[in-house]
Amino acid sequence: MKIKVLGPGCPNCQELEKRVKKAVEELKIEAEVIKVTDYAEIAKYVMMTPGVVIDEKVYHEGKPLPRVEQIKKWIEEKK
Amino acid sequence: MFKWFADFITYDLLRLPHEQHLSESLNFFLYDIPKIYFLLATIVFLVAIVRTFLPPEKIRKILSHKKELIGNFLAAAFGIFTPFCTCSAIPLFIGMLESGVPLGVTMSFLVSSPMINEVALILLWGLFGWKVALTYIVSGMGIAIASGFIIGRLKMEKEVEAFVFQIKTVTESEEKIDWKGRLTYAVDYVKDIFSQVWLYVLLGVGLGALIHGYVPVEFVTRYAGNSNPFAVIIAVALGVPLYSNAAGTIPVVQALMEKGLALGTTLAFMMAVTGLSLPEFIILRKVLKPKLLLTFFGTVALGIALIGYLFNLVF
Repeated sequence: MKIKVLGPGCPNCQELEKRVKKAVEELKIEAEVIKVTDYAEIAKYVMMTPGVVIDEKVYHEGKPLPRVEQIKKWIEEKK
Repeated sequence: MFKWFADFITYDLLRLPHEQHLSESLNFFLYDIPKIYFLLATIVFLVAIVRTFLPPEKIRKILSHKKELIGNFLAAAFGIFTPFCTCSAIPLFIGMLESGVPLGVTMSFLVSSPMINEVALILLWGLFGWKVALTYIVSGMGIAIASGFIIGRLKMEKEVEAFVFQIKTVTESEEKIDWKGRLTYAVDYVKDIFSQVWLYVLLGVGLGALIHGYVPVEFVTRYAGNSNPFAVIIAVALGVPLYSNAAGTIPVVQALMEKGLALGTTLAFMMAVTGLSLPEFIILRKVLKPKLLLTFFGTVALGIALIGYLFNLVF
């Protein structure tokens, strides 16, 4: 499973990356969490940052940030 | 109800005399703070719920390939409900263009989104009344529609950086949402707004309260009242380097207005602070070539100044 956290580097996307990593940790699954900061790359998926992309499907964009519980649900769904 | 609370604490409980600096300031402060926090919590919550029905994909679809003025109008309207983060400016721009939203329409959205937002409107309504809030929306949308329309007509598509048109976007989003999700979203959003804004509101109202109680009436009128023809230009110029969320400016502005700052100058200042953001323009340079960037800045600044002068004349 490949999870991309999209964001240019502002505090919000950093927080989101933390939450995604926490969700992965709590679910104890094998997943690669990648931070994408390049605007051109980000724009391929979302219009508003920060964003969450799991295995090339967009699960979240914009604010407010999703709760860890919500992120876990998405991961479970995707499996 | 809030006025009662403020009066009660200031005059009954603390037994402060009327018409004195301290009591006027305190009364103002105790009246505005709970009122504003209350309005923020309730209305932001409702707007957030509405927003869960309008995800970015839907907005994109609605706006793509629309005719000029209708598109400009819709884009400006959608911008009101879409929270704007400077870091989202680029993906937003690219995403819109990529789905076939015309350049002018995209610009209308980019103008209205940071400038008009529900938080600013709530504060305006709470502090100045619905007429001023309505004025702000209408003027803001007017500027957004006009700038977008003008840029569209100028056919500046080639002033957009080439790479923007080479990006291929992934289509569908998986985010399915149920009512539980909507409520969670709204609650989280209110929490977010509060955490961003509570201190500014406190500081802003505090400062406003001090000015309300202590600054003599003539002071502001002398320097920035109607008689100064440059007031609007100064207000717009001041707004450019100052970027803040609307919340921070409004209470200060209110107190200043009470002391004589003209309505037009006030509106111009607020719009300039939120709509002409230096950080945003710096970021947009990545996708807009200088000519387009300057045109964008120019039309918006001009629009704001015009609105300022117009309202100074009329009110």
